[in-house]
Amino acid sequence: MNHWIILPLLLPLVAGMLNLLLVRAEVGAQRVVSLLTTFVILLFALLLLARAASGHIEIYELGNWPAPFGIVLVLDRLSALMLVLTALLALPVLLHACCGDDQRGRDFHVLFPVQLLGINGAFLTGDLFNLFVFFEILLIASYCLAMHGQGPERTRNALRYVVLNLIGSSLFLIALGTLYGVCGTLNMADLALKVAGSTPDQAPLLRASALLLLSVFGLKAAILPLFLWLPGLYASVLPAVAALFAIMTKVGVYAILRTQSLIFSSQGPAPDAAELLFPLALATLGAGSMCVLGSNRLRVLLAWLVIVSVGTLLAGIGLWNEAGISASLYYLPHSTLIMAGLFLLADHAARQRGLTGDMLEPGPPMSQPNLLGALFLLGAMGAAGLPPLSGFVGKVLLLQAASAPKAVWLWPVALGGSLVALVALGRCGSMLFWKTEGIPLLGTAVSWPRLAPAAALILAGVALAIMAGPVTAYTEATARQLLAPDNYIRAVLGGATP
Amino acid sequence: MEALAALVIAVLVGCGSYLVLRARTFSVVLGLSLLSYAVNLFLFFSGRLITGAPPLATSSGVTADPLPQALVLTAIVIGFGMTAFVVILALRALGEVGNDHVDGKVDKS
Repeated sequence: MNHWIILPLLLPLVAGMLNLLLVRAEVGAQRVVSLLTTFVILLFALLLLARAASGHIEIYELGNWPAPFGIVLVLDRLSALMLVLTALLALPVLLHACCGDDQRGRDFHVLFPVQLLGINGAFLTGDLFNLFVFFEILLIASYCLAMHGQGPERTRNALRYVVLNLIGSSLFLIALGTLYGVCGTLNMADLALKVAGSTPDQAPLLRASALLLLSVFGLKAAILPLFLWLPGLYASVLPAVAALFAIMTKVGVYAILRTQSLIFSSQGPAPDAAELLFPLALATLGAGSMCVLGSNRLRVLLAWLVIVSVGTLLAGIGLWNEAGISASLYYLPHSTLIMAGLFLLADHAARQRGLTGDMLEPGPPMSQPNLLGALFLLGAMGAAGLPPLSGFVGKVLLLQAASAPKAVWLWPVALGGSLVALVALGRCGSMLFWKTEGIPLLGTAVSWPRLAPAAALILAGVALAIMAGPVTAYTEATARQLLAPDNYIRAVLGGATP
Repeated sequence: MEALAALVIAVLVGCGSYLVLRARTFSVVLGLSLLSYAVNLFLFFSGRLITGAPPLATSSGVTADPLPQALVLTAIVIGFGMTAFVVILALRALGEVGNDHVDGKVDKS
């Protein structure tokens, strides 16, 4: 058995506990623990990626209980990709937070590793109830992180977020109870077999649980009717936390992709969920684009762009073909890293504009308009999907993947969304950097080490465009693996398959 | 017995949904608790209603499914923690925002 798989879960757990013991010590010690852990997780994630790239699906049986009876962790190409992405995002975000944001509340360095534990666990687990538990871990950490720094605005938005997610958790458990009542198992691979072999009288219950799961994961991913919690929350939390939350919607997208591709395929008893995904995604994309145009603050605008990116991702997945899923998986790291980078950059820009902050109205000129402006331009190009950056590559792959009936809908909505994002970002950039009044505020210039995390995340868009060849080769292989769930089932259940 | 169990869950979910849709945090928290009771019962019943049988494989044959009992225990613990958190958060919101509306805005009427 390959014991490396459990390390992305154990390391953050240990780091969180260690930081709890270090609460009374200097903050430097906590920072060292968090940074070191995140860096080591990144190394292990890369190692796991290299192992998963061969196409072999590795499993880790917790407590050495064989698959349908015990809980398994499963490492396939998709899990490895998500693990690497999480670590790649977490490291710059943590560096940014260590420049002072972590001191604006208590226990940041306890919560941050626990958040990573929840996210990594959700990506690795092969058991549906275990997925629920990891969701709760990442949610409780995110509730506390959302409150980090405090203030009435944060409390108000966090309250809404918490209540909505508690209702979501209830629905999740009802879906799990229904599935267990019908199939008698919660192991995802075993469920896939049981659902495929279900009798017609079980179909209505399975369909209900599939749709319930879609709504729960849709709430996490912020798809159309369930996205109103996101803009207020992302605009009110600390910038470093908002940047980390860029991965949170992707956890929902991952869960949709995993459950729909593995358990409820479109040929099964619950075809609606897979079919509903595409129209919902397009509606999310369209509505998100409209709201991007109407934003009056930079961070609200960025939050709506997160929703647009979720719509784009799910539109690709909703095509349910290899090219579509592959395009989405290429677009996923791009959108996560770029959006996180823009959230961090918005923080720097807001600090240099004094009281005007990130409001989109004329304010004092920034102390470093050229530097921040260049980074903003790169980020905006990536987010809107302009050539030659990765957003463009992702969009082209996505548009190519759509065939006749769906392409008629996808092309106008996706391209229109890009155009609207471009207009909004252009207007926003000219307002921030050109329409200035007064003199620059003294002492607000940001040094390179402080700017580096934001710059690194935005430049990741350039790196992804340069490495588009190897990355798309990997995502294509991942999509193939996802669309042939038999290998997954065989790897998990071993010889137990009938 | 099945009908009674279903009815209990239905009433709890109905009341919980009604309360969750109220505008003040106190009713919302109560609604969340009712919903989580309903969910816990539902999870517990998903292993079928069997009385007087041990949750172990015995020679006599009749056994209760042990897994839902483990699931419901986890769900109760998590639900309890989350309810405690949301109660504290609601109190905090009352203190910081100045009213107990979920939107933080004072009712005009």
